[in-house]
Amino acid sequence: MILIPCPYCGPRNSDEFAHWGEGGARPPVQDIGPAEWRAYLYIRRNRAGWTTETWFHRFGCARFFVAERNTVTNEVRTTRSVGSEAPPSASPEEG
Amino acid sequence: MGLLGHGLFQQDWPRAWRTTELKPQYDVVVIGAGVHGLATAYYLARNHGARQVAVLDKGYIGGGGSGRNTAIIRSNYLTPEGVRFYDRSVGLYRSLAAELNFNVMFAQRGHLTLAHNDSSLRTMRWRAEVNKLEGVQSEVISPADVKALVPQMDVSSGTRYPVLGALYHPPGGIIRHDAVNWGYARAADALGVEIHQNTEVLAISLDRGRVRGVNTSKGKVSAPVVVNCTAGWASLVAEMAGVSLPIVTHPLQAAVTEPVKMFLQAVVVSGSLHVYVSQTDRGELVFGASTDPYPSYSMRGSLEFTEELASHVLELMPGIAKLRVLRQWAGLCDITPDFSPIMGVTEVEGFLVDVGWGTYGFKAGPAAGESMAELVATGKTPELIAAFDLARFFEGRLVGERGAAAVGH
Ligand SMILES: Cc1cc2nc3c(=O)[nH]c(=O)nc-3n(C[C@H](O)[C@H](O)[C@H](O)COP(=O)(O)OP(=O)(O)OC[C@H]3O[C@@H](n4cnc5c(N)ncnc54)[C@H](O)[C@@H]3O)c2cc1C
Ligand SMILES: [Zn+2]
Repeated sequence: MILIPCPYCGPRNSDEFAHWGEGGARPPVQDIGPAEWRAYLYIRRNRAGWTTETWFHRFGCARFFVAERNTVTNEVRTTRSVGSEAPPSASPEEG
Repeated sequence: MGLLGHGLFQQDWPRAWRTTELKPQYDVVVIGAGVHGLATAYYLARNHGARQVAVLDKGYIGGGGSGRNTAIIRSNYLTPEGVRFYDRSVGLYRSLAAELNFNVMFAQRGHLTLAHNDSSLRTMRWRAEVNKLEGVQSEVISPADVKALVPQMDVSSGTRYPVLGALYHPPGGIIRHDAVNWGYARAADALGVEIHQNTEVLAISLDRGRVRGVNTSKGKVSAPVVVNCTAGWASLVAEMAGVSLPIVTHPLQAAVTEPVKMFLQAVVVSGSLHVYVSQTDRGELVFGASTDPYPSYSMRGSLEFTEELASHVLELMPGIAKLRVLRQWAGLCDITPDFSPIMGVTEVEGFLVDVGWGTYGFKAGPAAGESMAELVATGKTPELIAAFDLARFFEGRLVGERGAAAVGH
């Protein structure tokens, strides 16, 4: 069990949430070919370490948010609302 | 007599494989000493006479999924490509004990996938038809037939998830997974393959789009062919060669009870209840479920898993409520978008993948190893695995097996 601090509701058990996937911008559909679109759909970085990902508070506020989680230890370092800036101290690239 | 002597005094057991110094050069480097890496190396040596083959593992033989799985073997998949491939593996498993001179205890006790609603019953009819067309024994049976095969099962209509029928696959069963790993390791070693445990691959060196070798915790090795057989860690190893994979790593947990007298012949899977159970020859009940709900490289078990598992198993078999769970563990699974594996070449010449084995790859070890060995030796992708190439994800040729592999591993 891991504890996830929802930016709207505070810390809750992970069973209340749905993991939505790795963060990343959707490419412009008009400008890319099928192969690039499929790469966007299927390819994942699948990092071991700190990752930035989207979670959904399914049995809570029913809102999406961004979390920084370590996929080796399952520690969640920060969460924030979608679209807000990452704090400078918490770069997902380290570790 | 020798066995008796060793057994009585527990000493001077002969080593089943050698421990040697890592050489600076091999013809083929296989990363990962699970069933896939070991089988690939074994068939390279046995079928193609390869001698300069090294299998490297950061841990120990069978320390990954190959030593943590619940050992279900079956071939009742959903796509013709899948059925043909897994059926070849079941065929190889049938003669493996004799071939490796190692008792792998393959017990074809029958495999039942329960249907609790109309849509799963429909998928099962579909699967049964595909299976039969490919010559694989598989049929949809009634709740009464299920009761006859598993008398302990509650097939009454009063339960929350009533049993409406099942897909019955008589050749399915269980095996002793450790024996398979050790048997392949010993046989490969006897043919000259070197197995290097505690040897982690840290980087892969490339030169103009082709692989040159690997850097390991024990030094540099050059090799024109490198095969990635690292399952849950496959993305990390592929990234060393600059290859991106459509894989997400999820933990999968399992548990085993104290042993009781043999009462359960068949392997029983319930997709709706997210649970499956089998009984080993020692009498323990082995339980499994679907993967943990979020990706992770952590192999810690969780209490939620055991709780949920127990409640679901008891829906099916109320009679085992008093049994105690002895152990629980987790392993890493490399999940692909279509629940089919990825075998074959990549955009980097000489860097091959045998990955994406998700929750179902142990049964595939022999056929994957045989096919990957043929690909390495001949440079041609065998027909049996052609549909499972990495390019399918970019060309829209997915091999959808979700309906046959999401819970029933
Ligand atoms: C709980 C559980 C139940 C399962 N049940 C079933 C089942 O009933 N039937 C079935 O068919 N399948 C089942 N599976 C799936 C099956 O276990 C796997 O698909 C299969 O074992 C994968 O084998 P492999 O040889 O590809 O990889 P693994 O056995 O995982 O071996 C990969 C190896 O790569 C090594 N490695 C990783 N990174 C590096 C590196 N950088 N350098 C060197 N070495 C490295 C690891 O140490 C590891 O030993 C189950 C899995 C789990 C976890
Ligand atoms: Zn919330």
